[in-house]
Amino acid sequence: MPTDDDIFRALADPSRRRLLDRLHLADGQSLGDLCAGLAMTRQAVAKHLATLEAANLVVAVRQGREKHHFINRVPINEIAERWIGKFDQPRLSALSALKRNLEGEEND
Amino acid sequence: MTDHAQSSFVYVTYVKTSPDRLWEALIDPDFVAQYWLGNRPEADWRLGGSWKLLFPDGRIADQGEIVAFEPAKRLGIRWRNEWKPEFNAEGYSVCMMELEPVGDGVKLSVTHSIERADSQFIAAVSGGWPKILSNLKSLIETGTVVLPNKP
Repeated sequence: MPTDDDIFRALADPSRRRLLDRLHLADGQSLGDLCAGLAMTRQAVAKHLATLEAANLVVAVRQGREKHHFINRVPINEIAERWIGKFDQPRLSALSALKRNLEGEEND
Repeated sequence: MTDHAQSSFVYVTYVKTSPDRLWEALIDPDFVAQYWLGNRPEADWRLGGSWKLLFPDGRIADQGEIVAFEPAKRLGIRWRNEWKPEFNAEGYSVCMMELEPVGDGVKLSVTHSIERADSQFIAAVSGGWPKILSNLKSLIETGTVVLPNKP
């Protein structure tokens, strides 16, 4: 499972952030689409994509002969919520409801 | 930019739990309401069964039917927005949730797509899904931390 370190290391590189920016503009691009107009070799782009995939920041989906790359916003949302989330009261009350719910269960 | 006539988004999160427990978290209406921004599903949980998502005030947010139902593996919903005319006019989308055991957890992938280019509906839900999945992950994982601390 990807760790926080994988995510922050993947984000630390400007080329990888640029790839994420491009997917943010147009999601689901193939390796060929992503290489167009970038001053990087196809191998370099493929390697950066693999690092982004390992960090769960990009999800590759095979559709027919091509692999399409999607920006995965879930870990990015988690980074934001890590420092913002405590101000989010509805979630706190959801957690206490969960605690009550789970603690009421004897057999699990 | 997937196909010329399709819009889709993919979301993946890794949750430290079992596939069975995560499956329950996807279909238990009370549990779902806790992470789905207050919305609650009302569904006949079987292949071909009806599915609705209700706002906290009981109005129908979305509705459709279950097109894949493989416990602890795959849940697919044919899904149409019911509260915003522009989204409703786009017709049915398909939301596929797939569970796959990985290490000491489960990889949950959600793919939400519709057979039309530049869907406004799919773009709109792309803001909601990351929040819902982060909530789900933190509810389940914090739950396992909360239990041992029971006084």
